[in-house]
Amino acid sequence: MLIGGLFGFGLVMALRAISGLDLFQTEQTGYPHVIVPAITAPLGFLIGLGCFDYWFRWASGAPTIPDDHSQHGAKDWKDYFKFNTDHKVIGVQYIVTTFFFFLLGGLLAMVMRAELANPGTQVVDPGVFNSLFSTHAAFMIFLFVIPVFAGLANYVLPLMIGAPDMAFPRLNALSFWMLPMAGLLFMASYLVPGGAFDAGWTGYAPLSTGAPLGQSFFNLGVQFAGASSVATALNFLVTIVTMRAPGMNFWRMPLLVWANLSTSLLVVAATPFIAGVQFMVLFDRAIGTNFFQAAAGGDVISYQHIFWFYSHPAVYIMMLPGFGIVSEVISTHARKTIFGYRLMALALLGIVVLAFAVWAHHMFVSGMFSWLRVPMMVTTMLIAVPTGIKIFSWLGTMFDSKLHMENTSMLFALGFLVTFVVGGISGVMLGMIPIDIHVSDTYFVVAHIHFVLFGGSVFTIFCGIYHWFPKMTGRMYDERLGRFHFWGTLVGMLGTFVPMHWVGMEGMPRRVADYAAQFGEWNLVISVFSFILGAAQLIFVYNMVVSWRYGPKAGDNPWRAKTIEWLVSSPPPVFNFDEIPRVVGGPYEYGVPGARHAIVGGTEGGAEVGGPEPAVAGAASGGGGGGGGGT
Amino acid sequence: MKDMSRATLLKLLGAMLLGTIVISAIMVPIPWMGEIASEEKGPIDTMFKVTIVLSAFVFSVVMVMMGYAIWKYRAKPGDESDGEPIHGNTRLEIIWTTIPTVMVLGLALYATIVLDDIEAEASGPQMEVRVTAQQFAWRFDYVEQGVTSTELHVPVGTQVQAELNALDVLHSFWVPEWGIKRDLVPGSDLPGGEDIDDTVSVTPNKEGTYSVVCTELCGWGHSTMQAAVVVESQAEFDAWAAEQTEIPEDNLSTGAGGGNGAGVYTDQLSE
Repeated sequence: MLIGGLFGFGLVMALRAISGLDLFQTEQTGYPHVIVPAITAPLGFLIGLGCFDYWFRWASGAPTIPDDHSQHGAKDWKDYFKFNTDHKVIGVQYIVTTFFFFLLGGLLAMVMRAELANPGTQVVDPGVFNSLFSTHAAFMIFLFVIPVFAGLANYVLPLMIGAPDMAFPRLNALSFWMLPMAGLLFMASYLVPGGAFDAGWTGYAPLSTGAPLGQSFFNLGVQFAGASSVATALNFLVTIVTMRAPGMNFWRMPLLVWANLSTSLLVVAATPFIAGVQFMVLFDRAIGTNFFQAAAGGDVISYQHIFWFYSHPAVYIMMLPGFGIVSEVISTHARKTIFGYRLMALALLGIVVLAFAVWAHHMFVSGMFSWLRVPMMVTTMLIAVPTGIKIFSWLGTMFDSKLHMENTSMLFALGFLVTFVVGGISGVMLGMIPIDIHVSDTYFVVAHIHFVLFGGSVFTIFCGIYHWFPKMTGRMYDERLGRFHFWGTLVGMLGTFVPMHWVGMEGMPRRVADYAAQFGEWNLVISVFSFILGAAQLIFVYNMVVSWRYGPKAGDNPWRAKTIEWLVSSPPPVFNFDEIPRVVGGPYEYGVPGARHAIVGGTEGGAEVGGPEPAVAGAASGGGGGGGGGT
Repeated sequence: MKDMSRATLLKLLGAMLLGTIVISAIMVPIPWMGEIASEEKGPIDTMFKVTIVLSAFVFSVVMVMMGYAIWKYRAKPGDESDGEPIHGNTRLEIIWTTIPTVMVLGLALYATIVLDDIEAEASGPQMEVRVTAQQFAWRFDYVEQGVTSTELHVPVGTQVQAELNALDVLHSFWVPEWGIKRDLVPGSDLPGGEDIDDTVSVTPNKEGTYSVVCTELCGWGHSTMQAAVVVESQAEFDAWAAEQTEIPEDNLSTGAGGGNGAGVYTDQLSE
């Protein structure tokens, strides 16, 4: 990392010396001797870690070292800090890293709520406050919600489809290691002159193009997080399409697999747009382009079009995997097959298609073409339909079931249904242009986004963590502490975000460090509940850490679930399956006598997929197996 | 659902309707949007209340179904059996796809009608005001009267056509009591800015003192970027306008303020 940084610094110095410029450029947005090392240092770190060893050898013609998978598995905790190509190790690395950023982002939110508890300026000055909410959102979106789903799926998905690993294990490892790089860049922005980026996570131009140096760290951090996201999505797509166990056709895939298939399609198509638009901002800032400079003929509003063309699909990138998790958990704890399984899968694809046709509903008051508003409203309203289908199907699943409510994961799934319906309702309201004109950019929007991202995504994340914790660690967590965590989170969440609707409609704008005295009382209430919400997360951390070490041993299948990951030991063996399972039925055949999802120990399975040995070759030969399965 | 009798179904429907009525009865009378002081905010507020009733219905449906399922189908301790193997019900699935579709399309139609209504040109008196925003202040130029001010004064009952422009970064014009909001975009007065919808109309119908607040993040001073708004009688307005300073030449030149904006950018870029 140091070498990479010094190389970048030296490169800039050398080039500037050659071209006869001042060695140091210190205008507000420039600082090439900081920006270029900010690109080269993370790359240097990734090279030093060995992420590119195989490819370098291949490119230089040196004999490549075939991966003997000696690095697979983690024998002790130190192995989690090394380059590893095992999808299970990478999954855990993802989850732990992203929860670190979750707690960090949460702390930033606590500081904000301390400032907002009373009108006036008490804790931080308005400039710092702008940095706080910008970094809070950047951590939560780019380094927690999006990657933690990738982490969960990384662990569970190959097991679920009966694959020995992901299709591209080395790419998988590289994807993970790009995340801490993005995190370091975001955090480092607090150290540079002018402070951390403060133009919001949306970074609207031209505020962002004229902002101090910290903004460049945002532009670059998003590149690393985005590249990580795209690489993982491609990996999932190839894994899901080619590496399913024999017999698993598309209509036998668990809904979590469907959800990640849909999400990956969204990521691959949408994420390049945010990468592009952040590069455009970086170029406006650093090398004098005029993409968004009106005075030089640039188009200010086009930033918002490009940004939201990614960032609206991103909302579903942050929600669809959660839908998948909730489907697994509700089906398991209701002891019942998913009601309307095919329509559930099709609803996911419906959301994928519609997600690309609604972006401008973020821009109803932006001054964009007025004719675009009504079509965007219609598509926005329509996207509520597939979402509604999913909610009703989960409810249908619970009818005539045997509901088990004692598990924390099920509590979070049911809590999710309540909070997500509220978030969906406020979403429909925001979709209606006249209401949006009044409440856009107010606390109503803050309330809505937290109902869908906290009540939606984060609840499903907890749901998934509790559900697969026994599988990942081989140990049970403490259900009593889990229940405390759930109720603390639910009460804190409602108390924090419900009143935000009210102050927003009454006239409190979002992203303000100070507000009119009339909103003081509700803001104090909001702050108190937000501290309860924050404190509840400490219970979670304690529960996870202690249970991982001292929890009672979990069996292979503590929830008596049917999907394939529960057929192997907890934690699973290094190469997942001694013999590739054969899929013989749907994933949720509860209550059907004699029905099974998969059998381990058939004759054709192992031979066809190529076995666990060469995981890289598994991608190719797995294609045969998957193709056979698809028929 | 298999063993659900007609009576149970009716009870559930009854509970859903009861929930809708109770939630609506509590929520509709509350003045969520605060004071209503413009012709435009009235229809928006009415529409919000209609949406509340429909939302109360949707929320009740989900809560009643969930509550009933938890109450009725909860497993007894030690019961390790499975639920009924029901895979779906095509008729039910069609119903819960169709009804929401009709509902949201109806709402979209209603919203389109309200939008047309609140953006229609008034038959009554009109007045043009040029609103210019920059970090972190507002300026209001009255072209007809030839005066400029840092406060927004308007005669009650007159439709104000606000022509919006920003000198540096994005800002947003919002008077909460009027319910109308629109961003001010730098360069909307420059060549190439013709596509930017930079005019917003509002008809204040209640005399009083309000604030225009910036609602688009514009820098460290964003939360304090406000200006006083006074809605008064025509006579009071005329008297006030007569006392204001004339618009400086600079404000009126083509690309009013655009020149300044250009300055900001070129300064940044040439350094």
